[in-house]
Amino acid sequence: MSAVVDRVRPGSGLNAWLVANSSGNARAVVERGFKVIRNQNWVIVLSGFFEPVFYLLSMGLGLGSLIGTVAGPGGQQISYAAFIAPALLATSAMNGAIYDSTWNVFFKLRFANLYQGMLATPLGPFDVAAGEIFMALFRGFLYALGFTAVIAGMGLTTSWWALAMIPVALLIALGFASLGMAVTSYFTTFQQMDWINIALLPMFMFSSTLFPISVFPEAVQWFIMALPLWHGVELMRQLSVGHFEASTWLHLGYFVVMSVLGIGFTTRRLRSLFLR
Amino acid sequence: MPVIEASELTKTYGELHAVDAISFEVTPGESFGLLGPNGAGKSTTMRMIGGTTLRTSGTLLVNGLDPEVRGPEVRANLGVVPQQDNLDVELRARDNLIMYGRYFGLPYSYLRPRADDLLEFAQLTEKSNEKVDNLSGGMKRRLTIARALVNEPRILLLDEPTTGLDPQARHILWDRLFRLKEQGVTLIVTTHFMDEAEQLCDRLIVMDHGRIVAEGSPADLIRRYSTREVLEVRFGSDRNAALVDRLRSFADRIEPLPDRVLLYADDGERTLEAVRKDGLVPLTSLVRRSSLEDVFLRLTGRSLID
Amino acid sequence: MDTNALAYSGRAPDPARQAALVRRWGWWYQAELRLWSMKAYWSSIIGTALLTPLLYVVAMGIGLGSLVDATSGGIDGVPYLVFVAPGLLVSTVVMSATNETSYPVMAGFKWGRQYFARATTAASPAQVAIGELLAVGLRLLGEALVFWLVLVVMGAVEPTWSWLMVPVAALAGMAFGTPLAAYAATLEDEGPEFASIQRFVVMPMFLFAGTFYPLTTMPIYLQWIGWISPMWHGTQLARLFGFGLPLGGWEIVGHLAFLLALVGLGGWLAVRNFGRRLAR
Repeated sequence: MSAVVDRVRPGSGLNAWLVANSSGNARAVVERGFKVIRNQNWVIVLSGFFEPVFYLLSMGLGLGSLIGTVAGPGGQQISYAAFIAPALLATSAMNGAIYDSTWNVFFKLRFANLYQGMLATPLGPFDVAAGEIFMALFRGFLYALGFTAVIAGMGLTTSWWALAMIPVALLIALGFASLGMAVTSYFTTFQQMDWINIALLPMFMFSSTLFPISVFPEAVQWFIMALPLWHGVELMRQLSVGHFEASTWLHLGYFVVMSVLGIGFTTRRLRSLFLR
Repeated sequence: MPVIEASELTKTYGELHAVDAISFEVTPGESFGLLGPNGAGKSTTMRMIGGTTLRTSGTLLVNGLDPEVRGPEVRANLGVVPQQDNLDVELRARDNLIMYGRYFGLPYSYLRPRADDLLEFAQLTEKSNEKVDNLSGGMKRRLTIARALVNEPRILLLDEPTTGLDPQARHILWDRLFRLKEQGVTLIVTTHFMDEAEQLCDRLIVMDHGRIVAEGSPADLIRRYSTREVLEVRFGSDRNAALVDRLRSFADRIEPLPDRVLLYADDGERTLEAVRKDGLVPLTSLVRRSSLEDVFLRLTGRSLID
Repeated sequence: MDTNALAYSGRAPDPARQAALVRRWGWWYQAELRLWSMKAYWSSIIGTALLTPLLYVVAMGIGLGSLVDATSGGIDGVPYLVFVAPGLLVSTVVMSATNETSYPVMAGFKWGRQYFARATTAASPAQVAIGELLAVGLRLLGEALVFWLVLVVMGAVEPTWSWLMVPVAALAGMAFGTPLAAYAATLEDEGPEFASIQRFVVMPMFLFAGTFYPLTTMPIYLQWIGWISPMWHGTQLARLFGFGLPLGGWEIVGHLAFLLALVGLGGWLAVRNFGRRLAR
């Protein structure tokens, strides 16, 4: 039998694409992730949780004593610590997701050659990507759970809506992770990875994390409002005090759209990322 | 039905033609070799068979399926030993085998005893709970080969399987591969060691610069492209080149190399005698059987190991 | 190439001369080598040195500064930006020192094994250690200089005396970097050590050792974090030169002595540990 088989390329039907790129066994990638977490040094796992807590204690309590209160959602005055706590949660969700989808993926792809081993089995690029994004979200979930408990324990939340910060942290992480993986497919060296950090630092500093954006001229404010982190910070802040307005839907919508676009983008780039 | 059919298979990276329109077939149970120096396109061909490198053009069928269209199904039949070990350094030795089996969707009830058998096969039973980083180079290689067998593959792709192994370990591995072959497993081996190709392969293609330059069984290739014996003589760095013209009359064919001159003849000892009688006294001399190395030299003018 | 002159061209200095050169200059050859290797990422060194102060000045001066100045009217009698700028310079340089003396030193012993290659030449282990640390010191000086220039241009410091912040920042960096290099030289495997130091030493030092507000703002039971941190001692000295923070004579001597003692101790340990590792 020397049957003539059409060479189906991605894009000629979702079903054909899945048959070519997935064995439907992403679960095995997740199983491997959990096995690694169990073997991993717990100091490292825990340290990811402490970073935002340290920031909160230093900035919120130390600097807070020099700043006093700040205008929170809806204009009500809240303590400086209560102002930055939700912002730190959004930032930590972003940082974790970006790290897992760029640096971590790049390292496993080009240096540890882990994905080469996986792709020599029936697993396809789709399974590997889906499994890894799931693991990134799981880590994000653990950290969000811990940090939310800390800020609630410190009395920095005033509403039961604060519980919704945990799933929202996952949504923020999904948005950044899906985009990050697509971007990683264009990288060839570690040095290029530095530029991601250089881009993330100003976003962290200016997205109304540590101070309101009203200090900037209007044009700069519009620019910041176009960036994803600002929407994440504002959304988290509104949830922490249970104050909602029309913009809440805008912030939420921003991340839904970003995730959908990110997943689409990453899907298109999967073959370029993993198969060369 | 052939297990692998490649026709005009091509892979280019920009200007570089890594694999340049090669065609070949592999029949079930056969032990098939790709022989050539580094950069000849052997590994790229292997990765295209698994569908982990996308080809530029040509057709390729593995068990009648296109690996780019039905990758998961194709790879479920394959065991892959890559040129560079890519063990999971975050897992221990035994877990490497078990997790790899999970990627094939195999149940733990099958994998646990299978992992123990394979550790024994690779002589790594004592190391089963060791971190991969703490294994020696040879142990890692054996673990990689054991890992490729976890799904009981019908086709085994071995990319430079014995590079980095000591001579004893190589012979043990060759023995194990023979046993798999006896049980009907198709072996596809790339190598730049001629002795490995001669030991393992029923049939092979010789590759250079992405092209197939010859095809046949080892014995057949030697018969076609070389003489029965080879005489190697050394006269010292300066004189080798100077004496080439005088030596030419003693052999069917002559290959001057930087450090020695090869004289191709059916009877090496007699040729050496003739050379001596002519008043030429080499510093050292050696008579040996022709090998695939000589075939490659003849076909490309270059040595296999660079 | 004339292959017949491979063994003896007559152009290389004789072995006795080579040995004498290395005995005298081996430390500098090592420093040269390390500075050369930094060329691979010099663009990100310069980029960071230029961008970090720019970002900080905007974020601290316009952003956080407006909140602090509105409530507290600045700190230590100066606007918040002027107060915080010396601390940011010092902490940035200390963090660079951490990067340059952790993984690169481990790489020299474990991955690239350049130190072992060096030890097979006429250079001594002590020269390798000193040259390595010297190169890191020079790189920190360069970074501090660029950072300081940006601060001057942005009007965050007066140039007259504040240039002294540059050597102070490099000194603080080395006070943390030399002991870390000595420690890195003892590590056989890549474990959680560096990540833990980053998260549980460097990060708390950055956040709790008086960079963003005076150490005395914190409760007394947390102030020890500053007292044992090179970052705090360096920052205090940098504030003296930056805006004339009132410090007593003994305080100045104390800060300097603390930093110098750490550099000395770290340097001595590094020489010892490099020697032990390379002689094995």
